[in-house]
Amino acid sequence: MNLVRRLSLYLLAAWVALTLNFILPRAMPGDPAQALYARFQGRLDPEALGALRLTLGISDAPMFEQYMSYLGQLARGELGTSLVYFPAPVGEVIGVGLGWTLFLAGGALIVAFALGSGLGAWAAWRRGGWTDTLLPPLLSFLGAFPYFWLAMAAAWFFGVQLGWFPVRHAYGPEVTPGWNLDFAASAVRHALLPGATMVVASLGGWMLTMRNTMVGVLGDEPVRFGLARGLSPRRLFVDYALRLALLPSLTSFGMALGFVLSGALLTEMVFGYPGQGMLLLQAVRGQDYPLLQGLFLTITLAVLGANAVVDVLVVALDPRARS
Amino acid sequence: MSRGDLRSRVGAALLLLFVLVAVAGPWLVADPVALVAKPLEPPSAEHWLGTTGQGQDVLAQTVVGARSTLLVGVVVGILVVALGAAIGATAGFLGGVADLVLGLVINVSLVMPGLPLMVILAAWLPPGPVTMALVLIFTGWPWHARVVRAQVLALRNRDFVAAAVVRGEPTWRVVAVEILPNLASLLGSSAVGATLYAIGAQVGLEFLGLGDLASVSWGTNLYWATNDSALLVGAWWTFVPTGVCLALVGFGLALLGFALDERANPRLAVSSSGAPGPTPVERTDG
Repeated sequence: MNLVRRLSLYLLAAWVALTLNFILPRAMPGDPAQALYARFQGRLDPEALGALRLTLGISDAPMFEQYMSYLGQLARGELGTSLVYFPAPVGEVIGVGLGWTLFLAGGALIVAFALGSGLGAWAAWRRGGWTDTLLPPLLSFLGAFPYFWLAMAAAWFFGVQLGWFPVRHAYGPEVTPGWNLDFAASAVRHALLPGATMVVASLGGWMLTMRNTMVGVLGDEPVRFGLARGLSPRRLFVDYALRLALLPSLTSFGMALGFVLSGALLTEMVFGYPGQGMLLLQAVRGQDYPLLQGLFLTITLAVLGANAVVDVLVVALDPRARS
Repeated sequence: MSRGDLRSRVGAALLLLFVLVAVAGPWLVADPVALVAKPLEPPSAEHWLGTTGQGQDVLAQTVVGARSTLLVGVVVGILVVALGAAIGATAGFLGGVADLVLGLVINVSLVMPGLPLMVILAAWLPPGPVTMALVLIFTGWPWHARVVRAQVLALRNRDFVAAAVVRGEPTWRVVAVEILPNLASLLGSSAVGATLYAIGAQVGLEFLGLGDLASVSWGTNLYWATNDSALLVGAWWTFVPTGVCLALVGFGLALLGFALDERANPRLAVSSSGAPGPTPVERTDG
């Protein structure tokens, strides 16, 4: 598909998300916004209450005017005040969480993609070998468990029973956050177990995608031509087949991003990992609607943006996609 | 017996087992919400799968939970495909402006990440099974609409469709009687995939605390298992039974789906000939 068309699709989706976020609190039956406003009336100072009114849309101004001031607020990056983390602004709360999620889910995504694609390519190269016959059913069985359930099982077995890994939070209480080696080591140690469960849960999908494409590519002209020229199998595998087969996987990399991120959110909740998922959980349980709306917007926009980047990347790497 | 046969039989047997449990099970076990013993007791002769953090029987909760989880899963799975097929077939058959508009709606809905959308919808709507179903349907249909639209586009210009149009059959009849029956096996495998999606997403949302926490389902079982910090004291029996059931149902559905896929698209069956099968990226969040 034409790149410009795809990019405008993402823009349109972003606008739909923004607008949905505006409409939902205003259109709900029974007006939960009013109820929430009433609930916090005694507990918040007048200024925060005013901000809450704005985010929840309790206003007598005409809809169009409200919509315009809502868009203006977003453009200035104002997402309201969090109720759970009162009086911190939502933007600040999300900023901290976003860093941890990118670290954990981003790392897991890259590892799963590289490892899964590698295994898939190998399975196709050695068709009928043990990677091809044993691994796919095993991985799809593991993939049948919900992400977060695998996380629970891993936390219980490796964390609590064996005591190999910490099971709560992103770093230990004994280190001070900052750019020092102790902190980095602690952060990595805390990310290993949740990261590993995400890799295990998503590995099967990457492997199957890569294997199926690779099987097709291996029968293609360029590879057969290389074979006829007497190239070494290694050269043939890396320079010819792998490069050709990687492109479809890259496209699904973008598509799978939203899926992986969703899985990451639920995994974070299990481990009490202080990223977007944990914030989401706290926002739901504390009925922190401003935070919930802010999270919805940032996660949606992040996924759309990442998809756009991947699409541009595919066009840059594959001359055939440019026409 | 071919490999495909074996797979679909194992899948169907697994699913049949769980449907039986969902239908008859609740009459055979004790009250799942009654406080019957001390909290977090390990499995014993009296309570085969132990007790929860509140002292309820885990076996009863697992069996009773199957009913609501599977019911919502199957109903939503069918409705998701029905809605997707209706929209996709309309777009594909009418063409022109209708196709342009509906195609845009489908594509925009496809690129929207599912979980955040589900969470924000479920958070604002009053909690309950109807909300759950609506949210899952609202986020699940676009993929099926896209697949059906492509198929209808391919079938629209066939002679038998043109003949029906010339005979003066109304548009809805042409779509419903002439075109959709050709897609029966595709719709069947889509419904299996959609059921898998509905169960996973529903359990994920309930795990987040967005379901009806007073009811007993597999999602709320897992919610309470983490909420009562059973995990940290090593009470594996509070979450393992539910998770294994979920995985077995998921595995059964996946096996059945593979078999139906091969029937819908015979090329997939000859995987060893090197045919590069399509790589469906299902939006199965949670």
